[in-house]
Amino acid sequence: MKPAPFEYLAPGSREEALEALRRFGSDGKLLAGGQSLVPLLAMRVARPSVIIDLNRIPDLAFVKPSRGGLAIGAMTRQRAAEQDPVIAARAPLLREALRWIGHPQIRNRGTVGGSLAHADPSAELPAVAAILGARFVLASGRGERIVDAESFFTGYLTTTIEPDELLTEVRLPPQPPDAGWAFTEVARRHGDFALVGVAVLLHCGDDRRCAEARLAFIGVGPGPVRVRDAESALVGRRITHAATAEVERIVASALDPEGDIHASADYRRHVAGVLAARAVTQAAGRVRMRA
Amino acid sequence: MKPTQKSPRTSKPARRARRRTPAAAGATRALVPVTESTVHLHVNGIEVTRTVEVRRTLADFLREDVGLTGTHLGCEHGVCGACTVLLDGQPVRSCLMFAVQAGGSEITTVEALGQIDALSPLQQAFRDHHALQCGFCTPGFLMSAHALLRDQPNPSDEQIREVLGGHLCRCTGYQSILEAVRAASLGSGGA
Repeated sequence: MKPAPFEYLAPGSREEALEALRRFGSDGKLLAGGQSLVPLLAMRVARPSVIIDLNRIPDLAFVKPSRGGLAIGAMTRQRAAEQDPVIAARAPLLREALRWIGHPQIRNRGTVGGSLAHADPSAELPAVAAILGARFVLASGRGERIVDAESFFTGYLTTTIEPDELLTEVRLPPQPPDAGWAFTEVARRHGDFALVGVAVLLHCGDDRRCAEARLAFIGVGPGPVRVRDAESALVGRRITHAATAEVERIVASALDPEGDIHASADYRRHVAGVLAARAVTQAAGRVRMRA
Repeated sequence: MKPTQKSPRTSKPARRARRRTPAAAGATRALVPVTESTVHLHVNGIEVTRTVEVRRTLADFLREDVGLTGTHLGCEHGVCGACTVLLDGQPVRSCLMFAVQAGGSEITTVEALGQIDALSPLQQAFRDHHALQCGFCTPGFLMSAHALLRDQPNPSDEQIREVLGGHLCRCTGYQSILEAVRAASLGSGGA
């Protein structure tokens, strides 16, 4: 359980990091909080030849109000984000999801950008990014590009980040103050990898009928999975028991998860449906509180 | 705190570096990959300087290079919490960091909490409430609980459970640990 030998460098600025990526990106690996990468190194599942440590770059950790929403630096620690008043006010769904990541001791090191760039299928933040309409700022020596969540997550542990690119910032549009939201998940023990989880965002009109619904699941596919049929089934309806029961049925039949030693595919489908109904109900309750 | 006393413990002679960090810090210094590096940090208030392989975890560094074996290693991949230490005051898994990353920081280990004949209030509470049996996980629990009580002298059970949730104990069933932390939070105002 010791990492294989590697070479290490710790750039002190974004410019140095981009230069390091240009030179070593193809056989290197970026080290952010290390809470996923270091176990992979210890088990020798990952054996990069060069580790580029981002922890000495001072200006990659920040939370700033931006165009009514938020800009979050990639190296912002999850624990800092969880306790940030701007995030609590403008993206309460993100704050809720952060609390489900590992444990406080993990979140003290783990970063917002690291979790998103690692793109574990059972990670919490990708689902939040998918339904909040996050935009990802990717920098390289070639310039900067901004991609949305749908283009960012490309598969199992895979994103659109090129070997010479650095995720510097995540931008979130404002979470509408009248929207309801919820995040919940099921794991064997709190802090374990989620078997299934779901993030929900609901907009309702003055008549309390749903105007727009977004549901993204974790643990049931290669990345965050939206279930559009369940979303459209809610539109125009009040969130009653009949509506959530239909969501539960649609979700359980629409998802096609893989089974493993922790949970069978059938069990994951069932839990996804139950969690969807529960989360939609909770999100609807939060709409009403603000109405 | 700037102690002048150096750690009495010395490391084994550093293995010969294939490439070391160049002594002269220039603009390109950070862009030369190294396999060994000299790290300066404070451990329990004492200044420590060692040259280590960059793949040396902070946990192994504390145990093998600094000689502080109070920090225990259970799973070595961030699950069990036995290796928890304070990094600039915050509890972290020392098996999930490299020693070179701790350069310039202040590390606090269980050795800083109390002595055999002068336990800290938190340690005494663990003893009084039978919060340990084999004791392997205890250093990690103590460090997390110590930080909790420092920041939150009178935490709710929910807050205590959230922090203890980051640790595994195979002996006690956890209830006695919860009771010990709760007891240490009353009256004494923390550890």
